[in-house]
Amino acid sequence: MVKLIEKTPCAGLLPRSIGLMTLAEDAYPAMTSIAPYQGQSRQVSAALKSTFGVGFPSPNRSLLSDRVRITWIGQGAAMICGEAPPTLTGAAVTDQSDAWAVVRLTGKGAEDVLARLVPVDLRRPQFRSNHTARTLLGHMHVSITRIDAKTFEIMAMRSMAQTLVHELSQAMENVAARG
Amino acid sequence: MRITCPLCGERDRREFYYVGDAVALRRPSPDAGEAAWDDYIHNRDNPAGDTQDLWQHEAGCGAWVVVDRNTVTHAVNNVTLAAKVTR
Repeated sequence: MVKLIEKTPCAGLLPRSIGLMTLAEDAYPAMTSIAPYQGQSRQVSAALKSTFGVGFPSPNRSLLSDRVRITWIGQGAAMICGEAPPTLTGAAVTDQSDAWAVVRLTGKGAEDVLARLVPVDLRRPQFRSNHTARTLLGHMHVSITRIDAKTFEIMAMRSMAQTLVHELSQAMENVAARG
Repeated sequence: MRITCPLCGERDRREFYYVGDAVALRRPSPDAGEAAWDDYIHNRDNPAGDTQDLWQHEAGCGAWVVVDRNTVTHAVNNVTLAAKVTR
């Protein structure tokens, strides 16, 4: 068989450091979306909990265990990042590994960068660690999760990786230029 | 204009896609007759005042929401998940 060369979505684009901020790729080895069928959410959540130690997240929240991060990504749907889930009977399970570009923006000024691109207030009092939002970054649909006080994780579709890096880099340069 | 998504909270209008009158949630039964189906498919009111639309939070959680709003004052009075509307 032909030996194929695996490339991450942001290969050749990241990492970048601008001002006091760093933008780096954070490619998960596996990403799987799960959407429990009607009336099955409790059972699916229990199955996840027994495997990973965390269940199905409530809206706008992300849950972290030592093996995976499970992030709410929309009405009745969540993304399991890090490891593939066990066989789940009561949910639509879709392997989305390689389909998403995942980056982490960290450092002083990260909130200011996102404030230029995202129409949601992501400052700390209302958007704390493990809070997540489905929203826009420029004209792109993204999922944004706060990892800690200075770090955000941003997921966009893989086909948008270059645009994502361009938009964020431009905003980082503009914020850094203000000193 | 801001719409309060029942899942995501208050969001900018640009995250939503306008679908149309919430009549789509009141589909007549197959044997309701021609008049009812003609009304359902073609006829819409154009109220100056309270109206009910369907919107989709397409750049957010993807939920379809029913928005009660006023076309005169532009006030958004209520937003509910279309999934919760009993049909």
